Amino acid sequence: MRYLPKSESDREVMLRQIGAKSIDDLFAAIPPEYRLKGDLKIPRAYAESEIVEFFRDCATGSAQGYATFLGAGAYSHYRPVVIDSLVSRGEFFTAYTPYQPEIAQGTLQSIFEFQTMICELTGMDVANASMYDGSTGAAEALMMAARLTGRHKSVVASSVHPEYREVITTYARYQGMPISTVAYSKNGRVDLSALEKGIDNETAGVLVQSPNFFGAIEDVAAIADLVHKKGALLIVSIAEAVSLGIVKPPVEADIVSMEAQSFGVPLGFGGPYCGVMATHDKFVRQMPGRLVGQTLDRNGKRGFVLTLSTREQHIRREKATSNICTNQALVALMCSIFMTVYGREGLKDLAKQNLAKAHYAAGEFKKAGATLLFEGAPRFNEFVIQTKTDSYAINDKLLGQRIIGGFPLKKFYPDLGNASLWCCTETTAKASIDAAAKQVAL
Amino acid sequence: MNKKIRKVTTHISQNEVLLFERSSAGKKAYELPPLDVPEVDPAKLLGAQARQDLGHMPEVSEVEIIRHFTRLSTWNYAVDHGMYPLGSCTMKYNPRVNEAVARLTGLAEAHPYQPERISQGALRILKMLSEQLIEITGMDAITLQPAAGAHGELTGILLVRAYLESLGNPRKKVLIPDSAHGTNPATAAMAGYAVENLKSNAAGMVDIASLVAQVNEDVAALMLTNPNTLGVFEQEIHKIAEVLHAKGALLYMDGANMNALVGKTRPGDFGVDVMHLNLHKTFSTPHGGGGPGSGPVACKKILEPFLPSPVVVTKPDGTLGFDYNRPQSLGRVRMFYGNFGMHIRALAYIMANGPDGLRQTTEDAVLNANYIRKGLEGAYDLPYKTPTMHEVVFSDHIQSQKGIKTGDIAKRLIDYGFHPYTVSFPLVVHGAIMIEPTESESKESCDMFIEAMKDIAEEVEEHPEFVLEAPHNTRISRLDETMAARKPILRWKPQSEAVGK
Ligand SMILES: Cc1ncc(COP(=O)(O)O)c(C=O)c1O
Repeated sequence: MRYLPKSESDREVMLRQIGAKSIDDLFAAIPPEYRLKGDLKIPRAYAESEIVEFFRDCATGSAQGYATFLGAGAYSHYRPVVIDSLVSRGEFFTAYTPYQPEIAQGTLQSIFEFQTMICELTGMDVANASMYDGSTGAAEALMMAARLTGRHKSVVASSVHPEYREVITTYARYQGMPISTVAYSKNGRVDLSALEKGIDNETAGVLVQSPNFFGAIEDVAAIADLVHKKGALLIVSIAEAVSLGIVKPPVEADIVSMEAQSFGVPLGFGGPYCGVMATHDKFVRQMPGRLVGQTLDRNGKRGFVLTLSTREQHIRREKATSNICTNQALVALMCSIFMTVYGREGLKDLAKQNLAKAHYAAGEFKKAGATLLFEGAPRFNEFVIQTKTDSYAINDKLLGQRIIGGFPLKKFYPDLGNASLWCCTETTAKASIDAAAKQVAL
Repeated sequence: MNKKIRKVTTHISQNEVLLFERSSAGKKAYELPPLDVPEVDPAKLLGAQARQDLGHMPEVSEVEIIRHFTRLSTWNYAVDHGMYPLGSCTMKYNPRVNEAVARLTGLAEAHPYQPERISQGALRILKMLSEQLIEITGMDAITLQPAAGAHGELTGILLVRAYLESLGNPRKKVLIPDSAHGTNPATAAMAGYAVENLKSNAAGMVDIASLVAQVNEDVAALMLTNPNTLGVFEQEIHKIAEVLHAKGALLYMDGANMNALVGKTRPGDFGVDVMHLNLHKTFSTPHGGGGPGSGPVACKKILEPFLPSPVVVTKPDGTLGFDYNRPQSLGRVRMFYGNFGMHIRALAYIMANGPDGLRQTTEDAVLNANYIRKGLEGAYDLPYKTPTMHEVVFSDHIQSQKGIKTGDIAKRLIDYGFHPYTVSFPLVVHGAIMIEPTESESKESCDMFIEAMKDIAEEVEEHPEFVLEAPHNTRISRLDETMAARKPILRWKPQSEAVGK
């Protein structure tokens, strides 16, 4: 086996040294009746060339060569090549959690930089080292709000990503955390009067997403006012991180729960992505996830360590803020590199291109005869159209032209009929938009 | 002449500053293509929601980015450097072909909502991996949705809960041995269960008498790691399962230590009802400096209806698709389908090994741990003499007489060129030295490790203060963790603002 650095004679010498007659002696603790008698029924060992061929075959016909209008929580942005050349360094990707800071400063310093950039972009004081993804991060943010307020109810906007809401439902069920849902209004934003009625003095946290699942940017300041008046905490979820280049950060929120996939993480059929949570200084001790802090070594040299770990499972066990251990570190590093490549000016320019493309597409679709839904709200790079024809039928036609159409909303919002959610990023060509416009007219 | 030659203190690559300290206005590392649609005015489109500025986000050039992160990377120790015997973490070699195939465009750029018709390859990967993991564990069904081990634990315990609820009573408690990893009790709490501690016996195993005494109709499950965190196989595992089953409770297995079992025995055969795997441990997906991982959960038939939605199915027309119509499902635990990139890598690993390779891998992992145990016996205290599987746990009992703790020995090990073992765990061993070499170490590197550990044991006797000051050869010396926690600095701020606080 090519991954095993031993010869047969090495094995024999080692067994002799141990005082074992055969390797079976070392497995004597397993009762004989449970020892496997034969081979596992899995395919024989493949040569590397065969493995590559197998996966190439799986990759054929998928994604490559298609223009896409899919967003809906996973965004297709260009990934600068330096990301993969850096994260492919074995020093990064074959290390583990930086438990021994003297030989993990590379990971630690890069996480400290990640935390800093997430704070700069979200307007929060502190950010953690990552969560699994935006959906679990949102669920954990609601649990954090419950700990902070000592209250138990949660309110979630129906314009939060439906799969996030499903995850929240799973997590909340056994926390004794009832969840109520607040509808969206005509402009696609949270219905403020419904929200006001939905919050009571037992509400711990209110979760909205901005831009929300329909692409509408929420009026976070107005929502925060309502929420804070009732003594609850506001959690803002951000699924399209690139929006932060041009959309006002949710500084009025108490907790920001973000999915940073847009920052240079491959779509990868849904994962791995990069959740991250950010909050105010005063709430940090209830925040889940790892944190890196700055300190000094014995010679007064700056260095970084994992810190405030008394919040975590390995110290607090059943009283911990979360059970999270392994997180999404390497993906967070991808995000850091992406944020650095674009930086202070580039993130703005990039976001502006997204805005322009989506604005153009919405205009063209409308001209072609589709109805734009939720026109009253500001939006970033996603918009909703309603068509006469079934959304899937439109997408079938487009697929023939190697275009992946928008996301049919029927699946999650049957009330919306033939509505679909379209996303344009900097990678969407005008030609594809024009081609798609022809189909949505029908 | 001589006067002009200055002493070089430390190489520039050892003094890389923070990105923000490298930044200055106008430097850039990007170029966007010309916009092919009309420009827009964000202020007009976004109104009050338009962002004014991006604060202190860095402005640097591409070469500076490459140098920055390359320099940082050289301050890490990684599996690619050498032995990384971090117990319980299975720091094995991460095959390069895994990385290559995970980056194939058709897989890396596949959108989770793209039509199933063009996702057949991705679905095939999910299906094949599922089937092979089911065979490896001896279970009946599986979900690949959980993002890591702890997330798998939560999914598994929620499965138990959903199942028990369907029978009318979710019960109240989960039993957890004192040797368990911290995620186990944290998970049980998240699933709404009270945690009850189960004491280990003198051999480091579950004490059957205590178990019998503790299992009653309030107990939903026992969360057991097998081999446990002492590297000891629970020999009475089947008895344990029987005791639980007799009272209607289930056996959950934390599969973090599957590297000791693959191809030799199957949890499904010895009574386990539900378990998680850590693809980032046993199945070679890289640890990435802390993640990402993947924590599939395999279960017996009785739990299958409750698995998270969706599951991959073969449709009447023979193509693969997702089935969302699962009325008894516990729901979703993560958006989309899990950490697919890790699924690709794990499948590539299984394919590279085949049945023989997997078995040999397990045998070598156990061989290495036993070899190290033999080599260090005498030099270090071995609190449990029970046979060792894939990892061995010593203690600092001998060295602590000289005031040297497991953490100090670990720091000195760094000077010898090794990543330390696990120091803070399992809690049942005071001053634990938890060593998991994995199969990726040759006889020579095991020999060098043994020699290093023995040398350190001697140093402890002769120059304990030298060990206390270790590491001596690293870029920075021991860091002040107390200071970091007392006055947390969790982000960079410009000098002016930092001083203001
Ligand atoms: C025994 C054991 N159980 C559970 C876990 C948690 O797994 P993860 O870090 O993938 O969440 C670990 C991880 O270190 C472990 O060692």
